[in-house]
This record gives sequence, C-alpha cells and structure tokens, in this order.
Amino acid sequence: MSDRQYKLVTCTINGCECTAMVDVRASLADMLRNEYELTSVKKGCEVGECGACTVIIDGECFNSCIYLAIWADGKSITTLEGLTGPKGELSDLQQAFADETAIQCGFCTPGFIVEAENVLERGKIYSDDELRKLLSGHLCRCTGYDNIIRAVKKTMYQRHGMKMPEEAAADEPLIYQPDEIKK
Amino acid sequence: MYDIGKIYEAHTVEEAVNLRLEHPEAVIIAGGSDVLIKVRSGKLAGADLISIQGVDELRGVHMEKDGTLVIGSLTSFSHITADPLIGSCIRVLGEAADKVGGPQIRAVGTVGGNTCNGVTSADTASTLLAYDAIVELAGGTEDEGRTGGNAENAGGQMARNPGAGGADSQRRIARRLVPLEKFYLGPGRTDVRPGEIQTCLRIPVESYENHYGFYIKFGMRNAMEIATVGCSVNVKLSEDKKYLDDLRIAFGVAGPVPMRAHETEKKFKGAALTAQTVTEIGSSVLSEVHPRDSWRAPKNMRRHLCRTMTQDALCEAVRRAGGMIAGMKADQDGARDFMDITLFPDAGAADGQE
Repeated sequence: MSDRQYKLVTCTINGCECTAMVDVRASLADMLRNEYELTSVKKGCEVGECGACTVIIDGECFNSCIYLAIWADGKSITTLEGLTGPKGELSDLQQAFADETAIQCGFCTPGFIVEAENVLERGKIYSDDELRKLLSGHLCRCTGYDNIIRAVKKTMYQRHGMKMPEEAAADEPLIYQPDEIKK
Repeated sequence: MYDIGKIYEAHTVEEAVNLRLEHPEAVIIAGGSDVLIKVRSGKLAGADLISIQGVDELRGVHMEKDGTLVIGSLTSFSHITADPLIGSCIRVLGEAADKVGGPQIRAVGTVGGNTCNGVTSADTASTLLAYDAIVELAGGTEDEGRTGGNAENAGGQMARNPGAGGADSQRRIARRLVPLEKFYLGPGRTDVRPGEIQTCLRIPVESYENHYGFYIKFGMRNAMEIATVGCSVNVKLSEDKKYLDDLRIAFGVAGPVPMRAHETEKKFKGAALTAQTVTEIGSSVLSEVHPRDSWRAPKNMRRHLCRTMTQDALCEAVRRAGGMIAGMKADQDGARDFMDITLFPDAGAADGQE
C-alpha cells in the first residue's frame, strides 16, 4: 500500500529522548516493542483488560495496547526496563517479587511491577484492600495474587523503613471477600 | 497494528469541527478504550478516525460564576475522581467514575466518550443523569435547537447561522446545549450531529446544591466489570430532614439507554421519610424500568436489582444528607451492603407484588 500514513513521534522513554517514524496504525505497545525493543511490554489480551502492557505515561499508568503510538508524541514514558539500575540490577520491588515467589510464568509481572512502582511512588501506606483495588487492572493466571500483594506490601513497608505487619491469622479467610472494600 | 484507515489529529475544538465537516464518515476517537476495541473486533475495522486526544482545552473541571460546574469532555475518570471540585460538589460522580473498569482504563477513558458512545451501562451516564447534566456540543448544523446563548458565526468555510451571538463568547464556533436525557437517541446512538463534537458537560448549581446521593454498581466482580445494573439516587431533604424535597433516580441497564424514573420522582416528591416510603419507591420504579434478558443477567434479576438498589441507594443518600428514615429496622438503616443482594430470587417475587 502506497498511501500509508506515518508520523514522527518524539518522546522520552526511560529518561532518553527518542524519535521514530511510526505507522499511525501502531499502538504504543507496538512502537515500544518493535522500534525500541522494549519487550517487557507484553501484549496479552490487546483490549485493555489484562494489564500486561502497562507503562507509565507522564506519571499515570496506561495500557499501551489501547493507546495509539502517535499520542505518545511529547510524553514521558517509563517501562519496566526503566526501573532497573544502570547495570541491570533489580530494583527493590523486583527483588521482592523474586523473593516472595510472586512470579510463575512471568507474563503479567512487568505490568504488575510497573503499576506497583507507580502506586508506591505516591509514598502512602495502603491497606491490603486498597492495594488490591490499585492493582485490579492486572490479571495473573498463576499466582492467585497473594504473593504479588505480599511482595508489593513488603516493599512498601521497606521503603518507609517500617516492619511489615504480621500476616493475617489462620482463621481469617484467605480468599478475598469483595464486600470488604467500602469506598 | 490496528486496522485503521486514515487518522486526522485535531488540537483545538475548531480543528476538530473542521475535520468533522471534511470527513463526515470518520469516527471520533477520544480515549480509545471503546473505539480501538471496536476496530480490533472488526466492528469498526478500516474506519477513518478523528483523534481529539490532543484537544487539551477539553480537559479539566471548573466552576463558572453562577456556580455551574463544567466538566471538559476529555477529562479522564481518574482525573474526575481526583478533582477537588467534583469531590466537594458532586461527589457521587467521582465515586461512579472510580468504579469504571480498572485503574488503567480509568486513566484513559473519558467522561465525554462514556456519554457519546450511547451505551446504557456507562457508570458516569446514570450518575450524570441524576444530576440533570447538560451536554454542550460545538459545531452545530444550521437547524434550530440552539439553546446556547453564546452561539456565534464560525466564519470561513464554517459560515453558519449566526445564532444569538452572545458577547461573552471568545470562540467562533456555534455551541448547542442538550439535556443529557435527550442526548440519548437509542442504544449506541446519541445526538452528535454532523460537524459536531461534544465539548463539555454542565451541571447547574440547583442540580447539586444541598443534594446528596449515592451510586451503586452491581457487577459480578469488583474490577474490570460492566454494570449488570447501575442505580444513582440524589435527594434533597427538607430543613427538618423529615421530607423528601427533591428526588432523582437514574438507572443504567434498566432500558436501552440510561434512564430516569420520572413518574416515581414526581409521585414521591414531598413524601415523608419512612420505611414505607422507601419500600413504595422501590416498587414504584418497577413500573418504569424495562430491562431485558442478556447473557450477563436475566431480566427478572435486573428488575429485582432495580428495586433493591433503588432502596439501598436511597437509604444511603438520605443518610449522607443527615436524615433518618422513620420506622427503618436497625439492620436496614443506612445502606445494606449491596453485595448482600440475593443473586437469583424467585422469578415471581422479583417481578414485585409488594
């Protein structure tokens, strides 16, 4: 097709200013994966349900699969690769995911970590229910979420220099009760 | 890669209106959480798009001198929930916006898109209806219906009927105001005419002042869910807090488009706040709602939900307004937890003989 439409998109990705000529039909996930080889941006459902493609755009988390690449012009984008140290060291949050076995197949992990990082940067101490709500835009089919919540919670308390409260007693239900959130 | 034809990007309202006139067949895309999914599923495959994502003047919430709240159509759900004006004046809208999808959907979805796509399940649509919101559209065609006082000639190729020509207008584009209820023409159809885009939603001061409300979204899960039924109730109580001075009940998924229960509202305006009134209001809305069977839920269940959720939202709205409902049993006082609702009542009981 000769009448394809392209646009020059300049944005800051993980702190570096980059420019690429992208097909206007590309999603941001397409651009990050194909132009910049940022393959932590996973394409899962591609309809904005699973959260595997989550990236931070100007301080807010978006599903990059339902965000057109042309909209990224002038924006500042952070992906999972931007959270690691200069030599590829794991961040405290990533280490906590490994320590708490919050990863099994790993497909949802980049999305979860990017979202959790964005949540933790707000510098608040959240309750378990609040964390579950804040991470509710992500699907994980392996872990059952408990370990993920624990990893995020652990990092949250660590960053505040606090000890994580004791785990829930055995007689409390392990299954999340939806009616516990009342907002 | 999406199956999109051409994309035209607008950065101002004027550009958007011009693009709408030049490309009448192109679809408007704001946040993209509806349009891109339709493109992917094939419903809009190959369509040309007009992106209004870059029209930053349509973002944000502000209050006009007369107290009218103006919500820019491109304001995302997360920004609505976080906005201090929304929190202090129309808290229910902030709460309803916080129930849409998940966090990332709330970051990208816009309140204008939520109303313009014309779906009945839109969480903010029923809530805005309960606030008597007014839709403002820019562009306009040459026929009547120009209620906006600041309609002005658009000039150039946009030369149109000059309208009333308000002096306070800085824009050259005609504006049209439509009550949100009339904005809905049918399932998936709204009154966005050729050459128009929705610019903002306006909530007059008398719609929210001294009003308290509550929105209940019933879904099968807590996140990433489309409402089985949504119910938003706003009340204004008399000074002694014993009578209903004003009552507005709005539903999502109780009909093909978001709807209000006007008959019930009329009937119970001025009614005393008693447990019996609450029960009667619940039964009365059943004569107005007409939900349908769908794969999400059967009709009877939806009718049952309409009744119980109206009662629960009403109780909670009254509690927020500082009122007490006489004769209410202790365990019913205030909102019962809405997740307690029996999911599958007997069909007969649900169709309400109360």
